[in-house]
Amino acid sequence: MKADVLVLGAGPAGISAALEARAQGLSVLLLDENSRPGGQVHRGAKASAAGPGAEQAHAGAALAARLATSGVDCRFGAVLWAIEPGPTAFFSEAGMARKAEAGQIILASGTIERAVPIPGWTLPGVMGVGAAQILLKSAGLLPEGRVWLAGQGPLLWLYAAQALARGGAIAGIIDMSTHQPRAFGHLPMALLAPGYLARGLSWMRMVRARVPVIRTRRFSAQGDGRLEKLVIGNQTHAADILLLHDGVVPNTQVTRAIQGFSHRFRAGAWEPEADEYGRSNIAGILVAGDGGGVFGAEAAALSGRIAALQAAHALGRFGAEQRNALAGPLMMQRARQRAPRRFLDALFPPLPPPSDDVMLCRCEEVSAGRVRQAVGLGCQGTNQLKAFTRAGMGPCQGRVCGPLLHAAVAQARGAAPEDVAPLRTRFPTKPLTLGELAALAE
Amino acid sequence: MFRRSEATDCIILWGGAEIPARAGEPLAAALLAAGITRFRATLPSAAPRGPYCMMGACFDCVVTVDGEAGRQACMVAVTPGMSATP
Repeated sequence: MKADVLVLGAGPAGISAALEARAQGLSVLLLDENSRPGGQVHRGAKASAAGPGAEQAHAGAALAARLATSGVDCRFGAVLWAIEPGPTAFFSEAGMARKAEAGQIILASGTIERAVPIPGWTLPGVMGVGAAQILLKSAGLLPEGRVWLAGQGPLLWLYAAQALARGGAIAGIIDMSTHQPRAFGHLPMALLAPGYLARGLSWMRMVRARVPVIRTRRFSAQGDGRLEKLVIGNQTHAADILLLHDGVVPNTQVTRAIQGFSHRFRAGAWEPEADEYGRSNIAGILVAGDGGGVFGAEAAALSGRIAALQAAHALGRFGAEQRNALAGPLMMQRARQRAPRRFLDALFPPLPPPSDDVMLCRCEEVSAGRVRQAVGLGCQGTNQLKAFTRAGMGPCQGRVCGPLLHAAVAQARGAAPEDVAPLRTRFPTKPLTLGELAALAE
Repeated sequence: MFRRSEATDCIILWGGAEIPARAGEPLAAALLAAGITRFRATLPSAAPRGPYCMMGACFDCVVTVDGEAGRQACMVAVTPGMSATP
């Protein structure tokens, strides 16, 4: 299989990149693990959506409609598991492995929710706020009864507002944010895109009028075999679902597995290093959207288009001058869409690592205390930590615990986060059966 | 827990018991809507786990689907009559 451009991920960045590449006359192969386009933000987006988050749903529905008639070769339910120099991508679909040679690869991998390790967070019934939003978007599931939210960041308030607007019920919210007076230095910049902040404040107002909000970081989830109660200070509340949130981080599972791919630590997370066009230091590989740094769906869509223009230029469709002329206005729009981000990042810095008894690695059941003990024995980094504790070596391959282990090791060493390398990943980055692999030989 | 805001249109099996579902929705959503939170047990201590991320990252919703082990229930779309076990 061959294509001028292979795009990984059908969220706002990936769809926009695919559409722009088609518009420039390129053949495009678009892969996504999900059964429909949209990614997480535009999952199940409907043109008829109303209420909180409706603007994004309308944008998502419009992108999906354009994609359907674009001539892009869309492969849904396709799981990418390796990228080799060339660039060549390997993926599985319908139980068979496939190989695709591409002129350029645009990685639009999106984000993963930053996990929130509190005492008892591994109990069944404790999930991410983003997970509950996926349940709402993909299956129409609404919270009811003893459902609690805890954490910080815009998505927590958006989900609460969406769930309430559609008739859901939330027992209470534990606000884990703290005052960050220095964030307000970034406020004038954020006001270049005032819609963002106005929407966020309206969600908070609507939710606070209907749900009790407790501001604390001292609470635990408890239960026998599943979540049964929350203990907040000296008060106990019955609970059967607890939804946690502490922002999102770029999904770098694929880029970290590519030999020599440069990453940088910014806004509390590792992200692939790329220039303003999305070019990485690896030949033929570009990154676009929040997978390259979190700035939101509108900025992601613009960066997808910009990366596609760069890909078209690299493939000889036009020179640098025309690329610049086409990408320039998009870059100006993107700068405006990115404007609120520094304010939000400063307002909600990642929560600090938890106390010794709390699990950091859910799969291998490694607590924060064991990580600190390993550092005390001389463990310097997250990759060495695997040999000490097996942390990060379970089924999730470090997707959930990676940022937590990284923060805990840096804190225990007293090192700057950028001086502690992230977990390395290895291809295949998703489970692959021998049966699937055998199809490659045909 | 969670309640459905849209009608179900098929039946699937969880450990042999019938539960209502919607074709095309994530298997994990159908199980959660039926009140099931325990999906797998950890390797080190057999501690119970349920879906955490719903987007293919955490592997805590891994179940056996129609005889195939190691499937992420959040990434498997429901088909009528599908049979899953922990």
